[in-house]
Amino acid sequence: MSLLHQAIELASEATTTAAEGATTAAADAKATAGASSAGNAYGLAAIGPGIGIGYIVGQSISAMARQPESAGMVRSTMFLGIAFTEALALIGFVVFILLKFV
Amino acid sequence: MGSAFVTRLEGPAPEVELARDMIRRALPVAPIFVLVCAAMWSVDGAISSGYGIGIVLGNFALSAAMLAVTARISLVLMMGAALFGFLARLAIIFAAVLLVKDASWMSLPALGVTLVVTHLGLLFWEMRYVSLSLAHPGLKPRRPKPRSHQRAMKESVAP
Repeated sequence: MSLLHQAIELASEATTTAAEGATTAAADAKATAGASSAGNAYGLAAIGPGIGIGYIVGQSISAMARQPESAGMVRSTMFLGIAFTEALALIGFVVFILLKFV
Repeated sequence: MGSAFVTRLEGPAPEVELARDMIRRALPVAPIFVLVCAAMWSVDGAISSGYGIGIVLGNFALSAAMLAVTARISLVLMMGAALFGFLARLAIIFAAVLLVKDASWMSLPALGVTLVVTHLGLLFWEMRYVSLSLAHPGLKPRRPKPRSHQRAMKESVAP
């Protein structure tokens, strides 16, 4: 009878330990997935503005090379365009720091 | 025979003017924003929002300086400066936030809100003026002429 009790206790301890281990592993996996998602979100948020800035500057340089007399106007618009496009990356960055560190 | 295309831009740099304008406009408004953040996130929020405003203004100034300097050298270099400058400035902002994220005075929500609101707010504010001066060049504000020059003009017009 005592042997049976011991076996049941051992089995229950093993079950508890396994459950704790699984909980820790799940928490670790969740943290890893969260960090990975935040990194991916930031990376993806930076790709779009990179393409946008490349396009803006390329078109502006083309315009300035063809019409140097309008360079002042084109440069003003280009600078604002770059800054607006950069705002997207900044928003991605803010979302990243809020997801990752808060 | 000269080239049909321009490969570099001499003369004044409008980017620097725009960045200077934005910084000049931001300085009087910044204390109000810091006070609002202080009301929402206490002293930590106020310090974090001041730090965020500094980051945004520094970002604008650095961007304008890079474009203005490289435009005088070569348009191709300006393209490179715009793209790699974007990456470099993102890295600098990331490093600036990472360095202080564990500081006792840091409030990350206040910093995040400040970064986005200040950046977009200043841009929209500046865009109003730029679009107005592009659409109506005659309305573009100019510096007043010196008083002595104005007097001389009046005297020359008066009978």
